[in-house]
Amino acid sequence: MISRTGLRLSSVITAMFVSQSAAAEWGLNMPQGVTEVSQSIYDLHMLIFWICVWIGVLVFGVMFYSIYKHRKSKGAEPSKFHESLTLELLWTAIPTLILILMAIPATSTLVKMYDASDAQIDIKITGYQWKWEYDYLGEDVRFFSNLATSKDEIYNKQEKGENYLLEVDREMVIPTGVKVRFLLTAADVIHAWWVPEFAVKKDAIPGYVNEMWVNVPVGKEGIYRGQCAELCGVDHGFMPVVVRAVSQDDYRAWLAEQVAAKAAEAAAALGDFSHEELMTKGAEVYASRCAACHGQNGEGMGTVFPALKDSAVALGDVQKHIDVVLNGTPGTAMQAFAAQLNDVELAAVVTFERNAWGNDTGDTVTPKQIIDARNQ
Amino acid sequence: MTSVVTSHEDGHHGPAKGLMRWVLTTNHKDIGTMYLWFSFTMLLIGGAMALIIRAELFEPGMQLIEPEFFNQMTTMHGLIMVFGAIMPAFVGLANWLVPMMVGAPDMALPRMNNLSFWILPFAFGMLILTLFSEAGAPNFGWTFYAPLSTTYAPSSVTFFIFGVHLMGISSIMGAINIIATILNMRAPGMTLMKMPLFVWTWLITAYLLIAVMPVLAGVVTMMLMDIHFGTSFFNAAGGGDPVLFQHVFWFFGHPEVYIMILPAFGIVSQIIPTFARKPLFGYASMVYATASIAFLSFIVWAHHMFTVGLPLATELFFMYATMLIAIPTGVKVFNWVSTMFRGSMTFETPMLFALAFVVLFTIGGFSGLMLAIAPADFQYHDTYFVVAHFHYVLVPGALFAIIAGVYYWIPKWCGNYYNETLGKWHFWLSFIGVNITFFPMHFVGLAGMPRRIPDYALQFADFNAVASVGAFIFGFSQLLFLYIVITTIRGNNKASAEVWEGAEGLEWTLESPAPYHSFSEPPEVK
Ligand code: HEC
Ligand SMILES: [Cu+2]
Repeated sequence: MISRTGLRLSSVITAMFVSQSAAAEWGLNMPQGVTEVSQSIYDLHMLIFWICVWIGVLVFGVMFYSIYKHRKSKGAEPSKFHESLTLELLWTAIPTLILILMAIPATSTLVKMYDASDAQIDIKITGYQWKWEYDYLGEDVRFFSNLATSKDEIYNKQEKGENYLLEVDREMVIPTGVKVRFLLTAADVIHAWWVPEFAVKKDAIPGYVNEMWVNVPVGKEGIYRGQCAELCGVDHGFMPVVVRAVSQDDYRAWLAEQVAAKAAEAAAALGDFSHEELMTKGAEVYASRCAACHGQNGEGMGTVFPALKDSAVALGDVQKHIDVVLNGTPGTAMQAFAAQLNDVELAAVVTFERNAWGNDTGDTVTPKQIIDARNQ
Repeated sequence: MTSVVTSHEDGHHGPAKGLMRWVLTTNHKDIGTMYLWFSFTMLLIGGAMALIIRAELFEPGMQLIEPEFFNQMTTMHGLIMVFGAIMPAFVGLANWLVPMMVGAPDMALPRMNNLSFWILPFAFGMLILTLFSEAGAPNFGWTFYAPLSTTYAPSSVTFFIFGVHLMGISSIMGAINIIATILNMRAPGMTLMKMPLFVWTWLITAYLLIAVMPVLAGVVTMMLMDIHFGTSFFNAAGGGDPVLFQHVFWFFGHPEVYIMILPAFGIVSQIIPTFARKPLFGYASMVYATASIAFLSFIVWAHHMFTVGLPLATELFFMYATMLIAIPTGVKVFNWVSTMFRGSMTFETPMLFALAFVVLFTIGGFSGLMLAIAPADFQYHDTYFVVAHFHYVLVPGALFAIIAGVYYWIPKWCGNYYNETLGKWHFWLSFIGVNITFFPMHFVGLAGMPRRIPDYALQFADFNAVASVGAFIFGFSQLLFLYIVITTIRGNNKASAEVWEGAEGLEWTLESPAPYHSFSEPPEVK
């Protein structure tokens, strides 16, 4: 730990003083992004930046000149002048003009950003503690997108990958050359969905539907990464946004794939699973979806997130347990997992919780039981 | 107090002895001293929290603390610094200086003065003790947005609410006292337009406090109702509105920002003319600029909410209104610079801090102007760019002004000069540390790092490491400040009544240290 920290310190210091070019790679500035809107915002940002720089040079210039010239040690005699209406008027009027000059492009960019009309695709985005749900309106495609970085990477037990904390299990896919509208809301607390390269950021607020849009130009296919930007609880730093922009043909193919995969999943749920199969799968699901709140070993966290080890629900009535996981507990952080996990995953995680950490009920919950519970 | 009254024979009563002097005191200087020490204690506690945050952020990955505790640290750091360090420091300075500057013997309402101070240790004691509770301290950010701070809050939120109520009561009482003193206790001939700028800025700040602290009390009371009494002000599921919270909070929060900076303007406007040996360039326009900033502060609150989905017309209104603030703020900066121009400057520690204030606060003002541009704010909002911005206006802004003020007036308070060499060391360490800490935050923010995250993507690593190094330099230099202040109090490098060659104002007509009761006879004001 010490040596790693020491290494880091020395590399930083070297980078600061030795290599100028390193600074360029550090990412100093706002990205220009890939859309027309992100480009206008970038231009606006640079315009105001340079205006500020020039005002700064002027004002600090006069100030440092006085500090240098008009110091007592150089025998400067203080003059007694003060109050000048002309100057006062000038330094009120000139900034006002500059501000008006800034306001014009700012207004037109804002008007453009607010025009979400004529979108061809609508995707509903819902923020949850701590994941995003993407629902392609009018298509039968709807899924959750979770952080894919492992706990081992986060806790320094394994080397960090290139896209550390900016990678998900299922990314949002959108076509290029098409105006895509996002309808943004949240299920629990306020989140904010942000992709810097699109210059799209908006709060996801429970009870509200916010609107924003993006039109990624053809030729700019690729993966774009961002993060939740509004403090949303303990794992706020761990809910990235990843969008893959693909050509329109690829997009249609992807949609068809998703629909087919869903049908295959539903068919699989009718098959048979052994207790061991379910336990193995359940452990995976638990670690990725439940451990953030209920703890790696079901021990819970603080007073808000209950332990599942020895919990009355995990040891008690199966139907009650399934019900909590499917429908959540309204008004608490316990979400409804019915839409987030498929039947097999749900059966597996409930089986796991009833048999792990010394919760030896011996129960096996099958996907069919989940389907029945859903249909009730 | 009767024992005090009977114990004096020469007509000047001095302080009582022992602990009860501080508990029962109604003397503006004693209370001012207590406010300043309280504020410094909070600065160290809040600063320690900042160092915990920066230590965790030194490199990617979670190494020292858990995300849950990290959130408690960011929240408590913000609350303690805003309400515990900066605001009480200004009240402490007002207590010490306003009576001396307007030629009064004491504050107008001395018993209330005692109460408004003594509430604070209880409010903050309660807030800080929540760290040791099972549920942990508040973890929803110093802006405590609902529903994270209501439906999803740890149970310590109730103590937080009670604490905020207490701080609010204390601030309101403090403000009433300052207004009463300024309006009623000025020496004959001290017209409003002859008052020192520190007094003017505090008068305006006090009105801001009275206007907005009740709004803060209102919003936390609504939270309390939502949490314990089944209302749904901010709960969408019950028909409430989470965005309402933000409107109410920022209606308090934006003027609050000016509450923390207007008195700083006042301090700097006292110091620069002294060390430039030249009168303030535009006294009247400084007063009008302060008043315009105070007025504008009520109509710009939604610039904190550009990304919540306000209608276009609303966004435009708040963008234009916010941009307007640049004008009176510019007037202030231009005035300070013109005051230095063709002066005869010397660079004692207070002046150094004041000059750093002018430059670094202006940099914070520039990033503020950038943030005001709504379309660009969609990129800046909730990133480290914002963190850099408000730390520039609050640390080398408000805090440097407070430190400058302490160096400037401490010879008057204690009767001794501080050690100038050490003061300069303190300045340079602070100046360098503050910039190493906060300047790189502009870069990571622009490059896309959100604020309030305990861990970050690899491309942000280098600047975060730099910022953490700076934070430790800055943090530990403040211990030097403590050392300097203590040696000054104990020292015997006696100060003259005037203290500084170019100093003007009634406080410099009193002997150093200033007598326990400032002006028993009203001074003559020319
Ligand atoms: C965002 C945090 C969070 C996540 C993620 C989460 N839970 Fe929960 N869970 C809670 C909270 C909070 C409660 C307590 C609700 C209450 O107050 O009744 C709870 C309660 C439960 C209970 C009832 C426990 C009892 O003794 O009352 C079960 C069972 C449960 N969760 C299972 C799961 C499963 C299975 C998953 C993963 C698929 C999961 N939870 C994921 C927060 C979470
Ligand atoms: Cu979030």
